[in-house]
Amino acid sequence: MRNARCLGVLRDGLILAAFVLYATPFLWQLLTALKPEGELTMLPPLLPSRLTGEHFRAVLDQSVMLRSLGNSLGVGVITTVLALVLGLLGAYGIARYPIPGKAALLLLIVGGTAFPQIATVSPLFLLMRSLDLRDTWLALILANTSFALPLVIWLLLGFLQEIPLELEEAASVDGASRLRAFRWIVLPLLAPGLSSAALLTFLFSWNEFLFAYTFTATEASRTVPVALALFPGVFEVPWGDIAAASMLASVPPVLLVIALQRYLVRGLLGGALRE
Amino acid sequence: MRISRRSLSGLLLLAPALVALGTLTLYPTVWVFWLSLHRRVPTFDVNRFEGLGNYMFLASDPRFWKAAQVTALFTILSVALEVVGGVLAALALRGQQWGARIALSFLLMAWALPSVVTAKLFEWLYHPTVGLVNFLLGGVSLNWLGDPRLALPGLILADAWRTMPFVALLCYARLIAIPTEIYEAAQLDGAGGLATLTRITLPLLRRILLIAVLFRTLDAIRSFDLMFVLTGGGPAGTTETLTVYAYRSLFQAMQLGLGSAVGVVVFALVMLVAWGYLRALRSEGVVA
Repeated sequence: MRNARCLGVLRDGLILAAFVLYATPFLWQLLTALKPEGELTMLPPLLPSRLTGEHFRAVLDQSVMLRSLGNSLGVGVITTVLALVLGLLGAYGIARYPIPGKAALLLLIVGGTAFPQIATVSPLFLLMRSLDLRDTWLALILANTSFALPLVIWLLLGFLQEIPLELEEAASVDGASRLRAFRWIVLPLLAPGLSSAALLTFLFSWNEFLFAYTFTATEASRTVPVALALFPGVFEVPWGDIAAASMLASVPPVLLVIALQRYLVRGLLGGALRE
Repeated sequence: MRISRRSLSGLLLLAPALVALGTLTLYPTVWVFWLSLHRRVPTFDVNRFEGLGNYMFLASDPRFWKAAQVTALFTILSVALEVVGGVLAALALRGQQWGARIALSFLLMAWALPSVVTAKLFEWLYHPTVGLVNFLLGGVSLNWLGDPRLALPGLILADAWRTMPFVALLCYARLIAIPTEIYEAAQLDGAGGLATLTRITLPLLRRILLIAVLFRTLDAIRSFDLMFVLTGGGPAGTTETLTVYAYRSLFQAMQLGLGSAVGVVVFALVMLVAWGYLRALRSEGVVA
């Protein structure tokens, strides 16, 4: 009996070790971010002689990275709110009202979730240029919102269809208006769906590169992925600073996903699977 | 046509979303088709209708066919690696008594990273002189991202690392929903570990794997960030996918017409794969 337990612990230990090995690319970058500059150009040794915050300080002293963190946060939050509001209204309309051409609309929305960004980046670029929206948050918010919208609608539709219509009808029999029934019955039941839609939209916006790279030209308007991709190096590549910057870029999405992980799987399936 | 009051209310609710999708998705889609029928080079002030000229050019363009080949290779190998890795990770995760939360956090972390960050992680790992990969291979000095034979495998590995958690999470969610009675019954019937895996576990994962493969295939065909930042399509075009070719034609060569035509091809490819796949899934009864 004791042997079996030892074996189990050993197996768990090995599996965990395998997962740590899997995470090495990230952990190695974290270690690189904390290595003194002089030790970056040698390998071995694997471990640094001491840990330093100099790279993080260097990155935070540049205005570019702080500015881009702010841009990404602003664009991400506004995109998420906008996509959720538009998506919720739209999904509720589709789920609860007789809409003409509903089948075609649903097809458009499902197709929209598979849409490749590269296909619309050229007309959107011309559109943003002619509207004089280049280098603005608005350009990215509009592009990201419309891009995230099909998934948000599809996801919320799946959750809405699971809320029995009788609940709302019962409320209106009791004299509650449609709006009150929505506010007090539908919305609370929809909270998990809204959470997973918000999580996926924010992640998409935070990580989005192609639109942000194409619609911005000035340093001040860059988002985090763009700032990281165009990280300045004068004579040689500043690996330590890049490592520190990529850690900063990773903190919001990683924390968010780990905190909201129970809303993730259903969101990933986009309502595709009904067991 | 008479529209009832109720449909009017529904349309009113839908209107903001429809306006957003119409102006920023549908209209650009029509526009990109229109652009792809033009020869448009803003730097030389060229803008004329050419019909199918860009497509004719692509049909005999070796660079386009090479990019199509790279895209196919990248998609197939990357998705295959993700599926194998993802199933293994999910099985390992389910068997774990302690430490499962930490392991799960690592998976979530890798999946949530911006792909530009992933590109930077692997650029550093693949560094010819001080990269961890060469060090772990015993101090070899392979130039991973600069060698035409190694760049694509290097890119595929980075992509599989990034997206394996997607498959793993979906499979893991399915695995923990399987009632333990099934396994107990199998054990009573004398089924060994391998038989349990091939007769019970894998068949139960089938549905979710088919869906995961569909999603991942579509994502792989349209992916852009990772290769653009990690290798920029090089060396010698060995990692230039259709998306990178489209981008470079559009915004580096400023050939808006030609680049749009490549974008349309990517669009058609994605829709074709999605349509064919959904048909197959439907005949399998996986989706309604």
